[in-house]
Amino acid sequence: MSVKTLTIDGTAIAIEEGATILQAAKEAGVPIPTLCHLEGVSDVGACRLCLVEVKGINKLLPACVTEVAEGMNIQTNTEKLQTYRRMTVELLFAEGNHVCSVCVANNNCELQDVAVQVGMDHSRFTYRFPDRGVDISHKQFGIDHNRCILCTRCVRVCDEVEGAHVWDVAQRGAACYIVSGLNQPWGEVDACTSCGKCVDACPTGAIFRKGDTTAEKVGDRAKLEFLVTAREQQQWTR
Amino acid sequence: MDWAELLEIAETEKHRQRGIRVHCCTSTGCRAANSLDVMRNMQNAVEDANLGDRVEVVGVGCMGFCGRGPLVQVDPEELLYEEVTPETASSIIDALHGGEATPIQGDVHHPFFSRQMKIVRQHSGKLDPERIEDYIAAGGYQGLYKALYDLTPADVVDEITRSGLRGRGGGGYPTGLKWATVGKMPGDQKYVICNGDEGDPGAFMDRSVLESDPHLILEGMAIAGYAIGANHGYIYVRAEYPLAIQRLQKAIQQAKKYGLLGSQIFDSAFDFKIDIRIGAGAFVCGEETALIHSIEGARGNPRPRPPYPAESGLWHCPTLINNVETLANISAIIKGGADWYAGIGTETSKGTKIFALTGKIRNNGLIEVPMGITLREIVEEMGGGVPDGMVKAVQTGGPSGGCIPATLLDTPVDYDSLMKVGSMMGSGGMVVMDHETSMVEVARFYMEFCRGETCGKCVPCRTGTVQLYSLLNKLVNRQATQADLDTMEALCYMVKETSLCGLGMTAPNPVLSTLRYFKEEYDALLQTPAYLNGHSVQSDAIASSVSP
Ligand SMILES: Cc1cc2nc3c(=O)[nH]c(=O)nc-3n(C[C@H](O)[C@H](O)[C@H](O)COP(=O)(O)O)c2cc1C
Ligand code: SF4
Ligand code: SF4
Ligand code: SF4
Ligand code: FES
Ligand code: FES
Repeated sequence: MSVKTLTIDGTAIAIEEGATILQAAKEAGVPIPTLCHLEGVSDVGACRLCLVEVKGINKLLPACVTEVAEGMNIQTNTEKLQTYRRMTVELLFAEGNHVCSVCVANNNCELQDVAVQVGMDHSRFTYRFPDRGVDISHKQFGIDHNRCILCTRCVRVCDEVEGAHVWDVAQRGAACYIVSGLNQPWGEVDACTSCGKCVDACPTGAIFRKGDTTAEKVGDRAKLEFLVTAREQQQWTR
Repeated sequence: MDWAELLEIAETEKHRQRGIRVHCCTSTGCRAANSLDVMRNMQNAVEDANLGDRVEVVGVGCMGFCGRGPLVQVDPEELLYEEVTPETASSIIDALHGGEATPIQGDVHHPFFSRQMKIVRQHSGKLDPERIEDYIAAGGYQGLYKALYDLTPADVVDEITRSGLRGRGGGGYPTGLKWATVGKMPGDQKYVICNGDEGDPGAFMDRSVLESDPHLILEGMAIAGYAIGANHGYIYVRAEYPLAIQRLQKAIQQAKKYGLLGSQIFDSAFDFKIDIRIGAGAFVCGEETALIHSIEGARGNPRPRPPYPAESGLWHCPTLINNVETLANISAIIKGGADWYAGIGTETSKGTKIFALTGKIRNNGLIEVPMGITLREIVEEMGGGVPDGMVKAVQTGGPSGGCIPATLLDTPVDYDSLMKVGSMMGSGGMVVMDHETSMVEVARFYMEFCRGETCGKCVPCRTGTVQLYSLLNKLVNRQATQADLDTMEALCYMVKETSLCGLGMTAPNPVLSTLRYFKEEYDALLQTPAYLNGHSVQSDAIASSVSP
């Protein structure tokens, strides 16, 4: 296996070929904000928060899906990137109905974390107050579409790790929503094994355990990485 | 099938066609204006007058002057009749034996026709798209034969490279380079895809080519398959094009029957089959990775590139994806040679381009022009200018393009010049706007389109287009302030630079180009915050009086 050397924000780093810029940045200790990326499932490059600048390339590149190349000179936090990331987060907050004070994920929400990380304290865009529903037909879990940011982490984890493919995206554009089964209430989808992986995968309070109340949802993100790498690493407990 | 047999079919067919041919357009445009009845009445008139042995009424593809349909052209006399009705149709036949034709007679020497240069559309409106013999008589499938017997796959790629052909699907990527890349990829299974999704509002070039000359596409795809080492092709056509689909199906059947598709084409070792896939009409499914997902049966979402389809496309195999018009150039290049083709056009843009000329203009329709012709020549000479008033701007490139102001009408039509003035070639929509058009409303129209067509996968495009549309709406309704305009401009750049696929990356272009050339129209709509706060009732009244 060959190794590539590159610099990220001035720090030189060597990493195996085929790794992504995001992995390299992690090794170099450079934080890059992400939302749709989740260790253990495939990447889709959808949230665009992880965009970075690479010298000599006149496009912004998503760190989560771009492979490292020899001699890359990467900037992860330029003024332009900061501006665009802030706007992205503003757009997300304006898109749904995020009332943190009454949300199960308050204080433990990746959307909130990212907002803090990029210094976003208000949205310059008009709040859209969409009319979205809540589905609590499942015995143990619920989904509140008002808090969904369409990152599709639930879709991928259920499909790729649990193998049940309960979730998918319906419609397009502004009308997109996460759909269960054949557009059935979640509780009626036989394929769901009630494993709870989507609850842990969801970065926000959109998918939650019934019974959790304000600020009580604590997602166990590391669980997924553990599950998918257990065999490879011969580690069966953690 | 061998060379001699091909020539024999051509000869027999030419012999059969010796008499007068009355060409009646049966493409979608004229069909909608009743051309099938026109054709039937002419056929009846021929029968009634016992002219069957020297006059043949032929249903043909689009003649281009769609705004004046139904069109009928009598050849070899080159008599063109416009807006023919079922009632006036038989008089055209009467005129062939002493009577007088009553429909409006068109002028085939008008610049609309004479300034055109037809390579892709050379057979359109001249041959019956439902008869392969017609195509063969016009020299069809000779390019494929030449490729198979006189050239190696590498020679074919080289020929296309030297011709300078660039993709007609919007991006303008050098076709030869793309073919060479796919050709050199390792792997036994490769695919050729013809992109016939054509989702731009106002564009119908590809539809017209598919309807008027389906074999041209089949031949182009087969040559491409031979060049890159693929034996399977897909044509992706949107479901809104039923006639194109039907004619393609028929063409594939006929070509198979003659051994021009299928196994051992022209008795060579080359096999190639073509299947049709029908899209449900989402604009984003024209984007190559979304299109591939759609063929695979998945949701038509784009994915990040690389890997490009050339490396990992349909079912992860190396895949060549080209636009309809790109593929329609192939057989002409192989037959005429790269040097001939490279002699047409400008330094960086070779050959011809089809445009759908519409909007506030006298002569609407499809035109095929050599690259490098100026917008002025197209709009003023060929299009005959604006019926009453003045040209204000020309929009090219559809929702991905921009508005070029009248002061820049001398811009030559080529990939780079259009890009330089803030628009793009796009797939070929060309909308002429007159002095009464509000450019802010034009920008809003295209944003409304993008807002509805974004797949919703990536954040900037899914939510940015909604916010841009609402800001434009606010402007049009005279409810926006300078701060809104600044936000809008900043958001345009953000969506352009951060979106995942071409849809989002280009969606702000109509706004940015109108901001660049018609800023004063935006400024004129602005209100002060104080006014909006203190007189919201009154400004609502203004709003309702100006919004359409
Ligand atoms: C949103 C979007 C829509 C597109 N629609 C079409 C289309 O309708 N037809 C087409 O040929 N190319 C379309 N393209 C371009 C294709 O992705 C691809 O570049 C093209 O088919 C390549 O063919 P070419 O090299 O022959 O131009 C579209 C691209 C985007 C981003
Ligand atoms: S609980 Fe498990 S099976 Fe059910 S939807 Fe979530 S991830 Fe899929
Ligand atoms: S429900 Fe949660 S994990 Fe699923 S798309 Fe929405 S925010 Fe992402
Ligand atoms: S840019 Fe728009 S159409 Fe393209 S992937 Fe993003 S949301 Fe989908
Ligand atoms: S984390 Fe890379 S695009 Fe979302
Ligand atoms: S559709 Fe008849 S001339 Fe174009």
